Formats: sequence, C-alpha cells, structure tokens
Amino acid sequence: MHDDEKSVKDSKELTEDRSGVSRRDFLKISTIAAAVPVVAGPKMVMAAGEQVPVHGPGKVPMTFNVNGKSYKATLEPRVTLLDALRDSLDITGAKRVCDKAECGACTVLLDDKAVYACSVLAIEAQGKKITTVEALMEGGKLHPIQQAFVDNDASQCGFCTPGFVVACKAMLDKHPDPTADDLLRELSGNLCRCGTYAGIRGAVAQAARKGA
Amino acid sequence: MPDYQWPDAEHRTLIGKRVARVDSPDKVSGQARYTYDIKRPGMLFGKMLRSPYAHCKVTSVDTSAAEKIPGVKAIEVVQKPGSTIHWAGDEVVAVAAVDEATAEDAIRAIVVKYQKLPHLVSDAEPPEGAGESQGPISMDDLGDMLDNQVPENQIISLIKQYGLSFKPTENDLKEAKEEGVPDAILDAARSAEVHPEAAGKQKSNYQKAASQSQGDVDKAFSEAAAVSEGIYGAPVITHCCMESHGSTSEWIDPDHLFVHMSTQGVSGIAGQMAEPLKIPAANIRVHQDHVGGGFGSKFGPDRWGIATAKLSQKAGGKPVRMMLERDVELQVAGARPSAYAKVKVAAKKDGTLVAWQSRSWGTGGPGGGGMPPIPYCFAAPTQRKEHTAIRNNIGPARAWRAPNHPQAAVLTMSALDDLAAKLNMDPYDFFLKNIELTRLPNVYKEEFPIAAELIGWKEQWHPRGQNISGNIARGVGLSLHTWGGRGHSSDCDLSIHPDGSVDIKMGTQDIGTGTRTCIAVVAADALGLQVKDIKLYIGDTQYPPSGGSGGSTTPGGVSSSTRRAVVDARDALFAKVAPALNAQPDDLEARDGSIRVKNDPSHSISWKEACSKIGATPITTHGHNDQVAAKNKPDLTNSGVGGVQMAAVAVDTETGIVKVTKMVAVQDCGLIIDLRMAESSVMGALIMGISYSLFEEKIMDPTTGRMLNADMEFYRLAGLNDIPELKVHMMTGKGYDERGVIGLGEPPAVSPGAAISNAVANALGVRVGILPLTPDKVLAALNQGSSQKAGA
Ligand code: FES
Ligand code: FES
Repeated sequence: MHDDEKSVKDSKELTEDRSGVSRRDFLKISTIAAAVPVVAGPKMVMAAGEQVPVHGPGKVPMTFNVNGKSYKATLEPRVTLLDALRDSLDITGAKRVCDKAECGACTVLLDDKAVYACSVLAIEAQGKKITTVEALMEGGKLHPIQQAFVDNDASQCGFCTPGFVVACKAMLDKHPDPTADDLLRELSGNLCRCGTYAGIRGAVAQAARKGA
Repeated sequence: MPDYQWPDAEHRTLIGKRVARVDSPDKVSGQARYTYDIKRPGMLFGKMLRSPYAHCKVTSVDTSAAEKIPGVKAIEVVQKPGSTIHWAGDEVVAVAAVDEATAEDAIRAIVVKYQKLPHLVSDAEPPEGAGESQGPISMDDLGDMLDNQVPENQIISLIKQYGLSFKPTENDLKEAKEEGVPDAILDAARSAEVHPEAAGKQKSNYQKAASQSQGDVDKAFSEAAAVSEGIYGAPVITHCCMESHGSTSEWIDPDHLFVHMSTQGVSGIAGQMAEPLKIPAANIRVHQDHVGGGFGSKFGPDRWGIATAKLSQKAGGKPVRMMLERDVELQVAGARPSAYAKVKVAAKKDGTLVAWQSRSWGTGGPGGGGMPPIPYCFAAPTQRKEHTAIRNNIGPARAWRAPNHPQAAVLTMSALDDLAAKLNMDPYDFFLKNIELTRLPNVYKEEFPIAAELIGWKEQWHPRGQNISGNIARGVGLSLHTWGGRGHSSDCDLSIHPDGSVDIKMGTQDIGTGTRTCIAVVAADALGLQVKDIKLYIGDTQYPPSGGSGGSTTPGGVSSSTRRAVVDARDALFAKVAPALNAQPDDLEARDGSIRVKNDPSHSISWKEACSKIGATPITTHGHNDQVAAKNKPDLTNSGVGGVQMAAVAVDTETGIVKVTKMVAVQDCGLIIDLRMAESSVMGALIMGISYSLFEEKIMDPTTGRMLNADMEFYRLAGLNDIPELKVHMMTGKGYDERGVIGLGEPPAVSPGAAISNAVANALGVRVGILPLTPDKVLAALNQGSSQKAGA
C-alpha cells in the first residue's frame, strides 16, 4: 500500500478529474495509459496532463493474439493475462502457482520476451504477440528444447516444466550458446519443488549444442 | 503354475534399463492436464472464508449480504457457530460464484464473529516442569493421532496404558472403521478402561510421553572415554506443492458425484467423501490425470474438497472448482512436524558407541505428534529418552517424504558426528566402527566406500575447522538412513487385443515419480514390446483400485500387480499361438516384437500376427498384489533399504552463507524397474534436501498466531543456483536385484539435513545445531565458538 500512496502524492496533475477515480483506478490508469488500443466506450480522464481512456470496472471486450491465432474475450480490466489464458481461452500450459511473480510457472513470451503472465494485465497484452508453451511443438514434433527436457528427464510432476521450457526458449533465443552465468541468471526466476534442476541443466546444455 | 518371478538379468529387456519417462512429452508441451487445468461447462469458482485467528470460537455467521451479490450461487457454512478453531486459516464459510472475483467479493461481505482464545504457535523448548503426563485419551486426541499418522502400535499402547476419557459406542466404532481406522485400534478402544471424569478438562499445551530407558545408562556415561552434548533440531517446514490442493466437483444427477481432485490417492478419495456427503462411495467417481506434487500432503479430500461437493449440490449440480491460493497452501495444507533434542552421547576410546540420552520436543500442530525414531539407525546399547509433544496452533501436520525420519537423522547423525569429533576420529571411520548397531550393516558397508569415492572423502576430509582459506571454510559430512518401502495393495486389468494393442487399467496415480513408466516397463518387458506399445489408463475410480502413493509403496505395488496380470495374459497368448508354431506353450518366448520358440528364433511370428489368433474377444487378465507379503505367492516386493549420503560445503565466514558444493547419494532399493526414474527420484530428494537444509522454515508470528512467510519469496525454495554437482549411484546386481521391488520416494530425502549439517560443522569447527543453516545461525555459532575459545 505504501507505494500507492507515494504515487498518488507525486502526481500533482491528477486534480480536477479525480472525481470518481479511486486510488485503485488511478493505478490502473498509470499502467494502461496509451498502451491500450481504444475499445468500446472507455471513459476519458485527465492523467499526467493527458486525456487517457479508463476501462472498466465492468467487463470490456478484448482481443488477443495467442500462438498465432486471434481470440476475443470480454473481461474485467483487472484480469491477469494468466487467468485470461487459462480460464477464458482454456490455454492451460502456463500454470498458476504463486500468482505474484515469485516462481515462474506462468512464464509466457510477450513479443518474444519472457514475462510472468500472472503479473501482466490481460488488457495490456492486447496487440502483442503472446506465445505459450503449447506453440513450441511443430507439426506434432517436439521443439528441440522440449526434446532436450525429455532426454534429460527434466520433469517429475511437471507442473513447473512449461514455465521452464518457455524461459529456456527465451534464453536460448537471446544467448544461443549460454554460459553457466547466463543460465543461472535467465532461469533464476523459475522454481521447481520436485528437484529437476540437474535435468534442466542437462537439457539446456543439449539444446544449446543442437542450436535450438 | 505361472512363472510370476521377476526375470533374471539375462532375460530382462527393459527392466532395470534407463527408459525415458512415458509422460514427459505431454509435460514438456503443456498437454498434460492437471486438476488446476480442469474447466467444466458452466463451472463456478469456489473460495473459502478462513479464520484470521489461531485459536478462537465461531460465535456468529451472517451470510445475508453475500447471498444478495449477483453471481453468487451457493454458500456453505463449514464450521458453524460454536465450533472451535485451532489454527489461523482454518475453513469457516465456503462460497461458489460465477467467477473468482465475485466469490472474493462474497467472502468480504460475510460477517463472522469470533471469540478469541489464547494461542500458542511457538515450539521452543518446553519450560522446565511444564506439561502433564498423558492422561486418558479423548476423542479429539484419538482423531489427532490418526490424522497425524501416529503408528498403529503406538496408538494401541497409549490406549492400553492410559485408557479413554469417553466410552465409544458401537456406532462410533463402525463409523471409524468406515473411515479406515484399523481393527486393532478399534479393538483396543473397545476394551479400554474408561475415565469419564477426565473428559472436558482443559489440557496443557505440553504433553509428556513416558520416558523410555534401556540398560544402565549412567554407568555407561561414567565409564565412557568421550561424552558429547548438543542441541539439534529441524523446524516445521511446509510441502509447498507447486500445484496447490484442490478439486472440482459436480453432481451428474442427484445421487452421483464426479470429482477431479489433486491427490496422491485416487482410489481412496471416494471412500473418504462418502461419509460426509451421505452417499455410497460407489456413487462417487474420482478422476485425475496429473498431479503437481504431493510429497505426503494430498491423501484426503480435505474440508475444501468436501465443500466443493456441497456447494455444487446447492448450485443444482454445477461444477465447482476450488484450488487453494498460495498463501493458504502454505498456511494450512501441509507441515512437517518439528523436532528438537538435547542429546548426550558417549563412546569408548576406540569409537564404540555406548550410550544415548535425549530430551526431545517438537510440534505437529494441534495433535502434538510423536517422538521421532531416535537414536536413528544406530541402536545404542544403553538409552534414556524423554519426549514432550507441543500441542499448538500452527496448523495440522501432514506426512512429509519419509515422515519423522529426516528429523531423526538430524538429531542422531549430528550428535554422533560431534562425538566423533570429540574422539578426534574421522566420522567415516566412526560410523563404520558402529555399523553393526544398524539393521543393514552389509548394505552400508558396501555403500560407504562408493560414496566416499564419488565425493573424494579421503582428499576432502580434514579435522574440523582446518580447511579454511581466507574467509571460505570447507568441509564434508555424511549421514545414512533406512526405510521400508514394501508395495501396497494394487489391482489392475490387462488386455491384449486381437489387433495387437495392449492396455492396462489401474486406479493408481503418477505423482511425478514415474508410476506410468514403471507399469509400462514391466508390461512391455514381459511381452517383448516397447513401452510405447502399452496403453495406460490410470487415475480413475472406474479402474481397479490401487493404493495411495505414500511411504514409497507404489513401485512395489503397481509393478507386482502388473507383473502378475501380464504373465497370465502372455501365457494365454502362448497357448493360442503354440499350434501355429508347432510347439508347446511352455517352449515359447516373447522377444523383440515377436513370439518365438526358445532356442530356435527362426520359428517365430510377429506380435501382430500372434494377436490375430486371439479370436474376437481380447485376452483380459487381472493382477493383484496384496500389501500383506504372505498373501502373495510369490512375493515380488520387499521392504527395508539403506542409503548413504555425503555433502561438501563451502561456508563464507564473513557473511555466514552456506553453499553446498557437491553432494552424492548411494542408495539401494531392491530390483530397479527403471534406472532413470530411480536416479531422478534420488536427485530430486537431494535437491529438496538442500532446500530444507538451507532455507525452509514455517515462521509463525507469536502475536497474531499467523504464518509470516506464506509466499514463495519468503518461504524460500532452492533454485537452480543453489544446486551443485550431484552424483547418484544405485546399488544393483547380485544381493540387490533378487530382493524384489522396493519403493524409493522417501529414503533419499532423509539424510540431506544431517549430511549438510555435519559438513558445515566440519568446515567451521562449530556446530550449527538447528536447521535451516541460515547466515544468522552460522554467524551466531561462529561468535559463540570464538567466545568459548577466548574464554577457555
Ligand atoms: S504464478 Fe506467476 S510467477 Fe508464480
Ligand atoms: S517437476 Fe514438479 S515442480 Fe518441477
């Protein structure tokens, strides 16, 4: 809560139009400003000296580009990308574990960058390319990273696995030949309870060798 | 008589090899469906209002405002006014609504009033003289003991010794039996002395167990060459399954319930839901494809599981899903009991252990809990033991990988390691010197040198505190452990179809341990096929029942039932095929995708062709394994394994940070079905072990009685960065294989705490007695160590 207060105090511009805008709404405004394509009937308010659209609190129509396909859903602006994928689009590869950016089980790619889907609002993900673990297979064939996970027995219960696979994909796209340091840095945001780290290390090494 | 015996090494095509996990492709591609992923048409979302207080009485519940919120479809009061709550986060009111947000709004609109009661969340050493001796056992005590899986014979002896504070009616006993309470306990309750005057008496939080002694301990201590004393312990930790507990329930019709549940015991869930829902177990179908971890915490439907069924009933049968939020998962859905002890041990000059004395305590939450099995593995010739269970308000304990053993290992192996240091002995020599006091001396004697070789013990070990360069202190430590692991009861149906396909139906579950792979390997091995040729149907109460996956009982159970079914089916197929090969059925073998005459591989037909001779109906056989060894002829599973682990650490004496730099495990588990799954299981246990040794602790706030670190930032799990090189060696071959199949989930999770603690003591020259080995504790121990030296 501390941060909310600070941001409200700092934003002197937010004056006249404050009527009807709660602190919570303000936070939403500050994060969604300008990034959102205009959809049906947003309310316009003055924020930071600019007119910005405010969506919600009711449901609003949204469009997503997931794994190359276009999806429509009507959701409250407070819905996270993770919940939108899982509960509205029934794309359940990304898992909900901590729901607050601590474990990496929900990792997806947003414009090819790894993000925690539990910590991105669905409304912000519009207009971006969303890639989940489901998209990595091609023509029924496992992606070399996925094959490397299989070959190195890098999953036990498997609940953390989709997050790790996607994080590995993002890492290898960035560092095709990762050093041990790259590996530790880029995968340090993912946790596994069953203890598959040894297999994951082997999988990354194999995938890097094969130029995945 | 069909030859069910496991084939010998020459005749195994897949058993004992490294076979890839059959469900890995589903898991790596996001196709594997977990309970959390289940979405049913018209599904509602469940949420629970939970007690903010650790100990209180519910005085009133008002749901009227919540009922009026649009989208709220059902409300169920779980604990009615008058109920006593024993931990923060306990369930009070359940709600189902069209989406999660609406359900949360409804929770906020419910008004519950509580009368606060004094709570205790500490498990610190009981004050001197605190606590009462065990009095007559109340109905609650008994329930707590059963919930906390106190061993059957311990419960019976307590009942016999202290009697009951209530007279159980035949109806109570019948209900208890239906809930699965063993007959022996019911008999003890039936014939127990009854002391009704003890009922309702406010109990102390501290409950002393009768002290136990053996031999002349005082004499042994007074004559010993070396005596060592210390305080050791392991705190309460949580299971923190990545998939939280939860379920989706729906009424197919007014009498039939369909449940998806995240569980370790599919076949056992219906029976546990039947009673509270007042329908026959046969009317409940339970299904689960995959489960995101359990580690001992997912055997029951839990109150929230029952709540989904009741909410669904109130909502006209609509599916209701309730998965625990992460903070709740950590607060209420699983805790490993703590154990601490003041230990005094003594040995002769040559290292022979002569005496053990311990005053131990710990908590398993409201149930208190029992004494861990100390001294662990080493039966000291003279012993004196006292234990005080602390009944407090931290939430209920659940079985955690090898219940009570990791704690017992920390208490015992740390004390013995300190004793070795007192004697200026290398612990490697000290432990081996006393190995005849264990039950598996020959196994350990073979394992010790292998582990030492893998970690480089000879080169790495120095007397305590003598391998320091700059501010980095290095050390090595070891521990050993044991476990049972006999197979549970398991049933399956196996069919060989005329088109050559093979399927197996079994109501078991794969909790990430490779159960699917294990079944497929056993079947394919006997039929001369590949694992991909075996179609598996598991995780449903529509299939023959198979035991819960706990206590390392699954591999022995499922492999034995599968083996019996597949041998019968194969023999039936041989009988159909023999005429075509001009041979007797006994002369045939199934190998490399064909059926052929033994010693004459040119006389052979392909698997497909052989199956075409089956006729119109498939060959279907039933396989059964009984958990009672004597009922299996022959018995294909066994019990009692040993393992040794060694750890190397580097400790930064300025920051107090401990890094495990290498860890090795040598483990026996009888006949190994899939070497790869076995190695992965052990690796996983080492990693989990490093995690609980260095980071994990359920931290309670004494003022509010709530858990302070109920998230994954402050309840820290080991990450990739914390895991060093790991080496696993499985004992196989003669002396091991012929024992039959034994489970492996628990044993390797036992030793890490003790081995790492011993390595840290070796590095620093002082003991950090209580896990986790966090920087603050390391620095405190170093300070104390240097002030002791300064004072000496
Ligand atoms: S669920 Fe998103 S980081 Fe844990
Ligand atoms: S495989 Fe189970 S949490 Fe990683």
